[in-house]
Amino acid sequence: MARASFSQATWLVAEREMKTLVTTKGFWIGFAFTIVGLFALTILPTVFGGDDPKVAAVGSAVQVVQGKELDVREVGTVQEAADLVRADDVEAAIVPDGAGVKVLALNDAPDDVVAQLVQAPPVELLDASAVTSGQRAVTVIVFGLVFLMFGMGGAAIAQSTVTEKQTRIVEILVSTVPVRALLAGKILGHTILTLGQVVVLALAAPIALRVAGLGELLGVVAPALGWFVPFLMLGFVLISSMWAVAGALVSRQEDLGSTMGLVMIAVMGPYFGVQFFFENPVVLKWMSFVPFTAGVAMPVRLFAEQAKPWEAILSLGILAATVVAILLVASRLYTNSLLQTGARVKLSKAWAPAE
Amino acid sequence: MLTVRGISRSFGDHRVLDEVSFDVRPGRMTGFLGANGSGKTTTMRIVLGVLAAHGGTVSWNGQEVTAQTRPDFGYMPEERGLYPKMKVRDQITWLARLHGVDRETAQRNTDALLEDLELTERAGDRLEELSLGNQQRVQIAAALVHEPAVLILDEPFSGLDPIAVETVLDVLRKRAASGVPVLFSSHQLAIVERLCDDVVIISKGRVVANGSREELRARHAGSRYEIVVAEDAGWVRDVPGASILELDGPRAVFEAEPQQVLRAALERGEVRSFTPVVPTLDEIFREVI
Repeated sequence: MARASFSQATWLVAEREMKTLVTTKGFWIGFAFTIVGLFALTILPTVFGGDDPKVAAVGSAVQVVQGKELDVREVGTVQEAADLVRADDVEAAIVPDGAGVKVLALNDAPDDVVAQLVQAPPVELLDASAVTSGQRAVTVIVFGLVFLMFGMGGAAIAQSTVTEKQTRIVEILVSTVPVRALLAGKILGHTILTLGQVVVLALAAPIALRVAGLGELLGVVAPALGWFVPFLMLGFVLISSMWAVAGALVSRQEDLGSTMGLVMIAVMGPYFGVQFFFENPVVLKWMSFVPFTAGVAMPVRLFAEQAKPWEAILSLGILAATVVAILLVASRLYTNSLLQTGARVKLSKAWAPAE
Repeated sequence: MLTVRGISRSFGDHRVLDEVSFDVRPGRMTGFLGANGSGKTTTMRIVLGVLAAHGGTVSWNGQEVTAQTRPDFGYMPEERGLYPKMKVRDQITWLARLHGVDRETAQRNTDALLEDLELTERAGDRLEELSLGNQQRVQIAAALVHEPAVLILDEPFSGLDPIAVETVLDVLRKRAASGVPVLFSSHQLAIVERLCDDVVIISKGRVVANGSREELRARHAGSRYEIVVAEDAGWVRDVPGASILELDGPRAVFEAEPQQVLRAALERGEVRSFTPVVPTLDEIFREVI
């Protein structure tokens, strides 16, 4: 009788993983949450920050504020205007003061109102970047969150591995197909699912930006997004293989917590690292070459136009080489610990040659 | 034919299997008996390649079994397990395809097996929704669906009610009759007695008895006979060299040279029955381990 080839077996395992995952509620809730979060992050600042400041104007000051981006309310006397300010009905009042005007405010100088009233001198940026630091901050958060979401999503691989150990179906599987096909199938299945979600997000991102009226940002984000996808996918394979080992080392779902710690650090560490250090170019540069942090750090540097394409390619190369190395290590650990039941398997024992 | 020769295995310093050898012949049901911890499961795992042997070989039709030449096994592990959240039919079909069976054949085999095992109505349910007995039947289906060349079943009848045992027996007999060697372990000796053609008894990692059921019985029969005569059989104790083991009116069980007793009986009158007493598997089992 024909046997399933390695690739057939891998695909069958991958197919089952995907079917199983998409029939769980958690998967769809998580995905919906990501999309809603993406829209919220891009649209909400525009919605809340979009209103013109409310001011009161008196007498000759009315002409001064006309044509400015201010929500003007004309009042008869300075006293009335001051009352409105005290009642917090307006942010500031603009009243005549000698030949010019002065601004009345409660306890804070209303910078946004003042900015409207002064003639700003022309500014010439010596380090011209199309990206403001605000935009960079948003990109860091978005890239970081997406990486974190999918990285943690890989925990499903650990769970699926433990399920197989706990129910002992693993014995049937191991006597049927090579262990490497099991591992490869799991990683492949979850990677395809992740890629599918990334594609949906990548398609949704421009829509969110347009809705938010940030269409011009799109041209800036698009190249970084293009780099982010390969980094994200390779990073995901790297972390998936670690999740698979975390699952293979224990025999029961309850024990999973004890092995997931290291993988969680590998996922959360880069996230927090980049969030904390993205304004420090030296640290960010280092992080953009370290495999675990490169997935977020390098696209952020590319977005901020701090990195050249060759740096990105080098970093991708380092990442890819690490993926191969980790896969080899993981495959050995996975094979050696998959049939061990009972207590948690020590890493040294999982690494030792099989008896 | 599946040939196991000189298999040994240790866990740490503990020698679990010591030069285990036996055959599983095509078309025959081979019962694998042994007390708990005697090495049955370890042997089966080695045959399947789930566990490595520390010595000895497993051959299939004269060729040593390796990952490449391993025939298609149908395996039912001692610790049962399938995916709890997967639907019964999907699960069995998937396992068949994992063994290299194409989609259509996998579906056809699955449906036929579910029918044979009286599970058709539950085909669309998740495994975890079934009773334990029914889950056990699904497990049998999982072992058979890819039409394996060899069947290795670890305690296939444990946890089954008597009706389910019959259903499963029918399915297994059908396989054996089609020429598949079947090795199954069991501690229910009555079932093994009824079902198996060959018996392998293992104790403390060594094979202590091995052969066809009839052969084994004959070998362990000794010179024990039962005679039933018309009247009281108490005279048998007077036959030189005879010793009575049981006496119950006209019926006696004795050990002696049989022809001498038979002649004496015929001289006295009617002999209603005269048979050698064959030990049950249970008795042989107790004797050898």
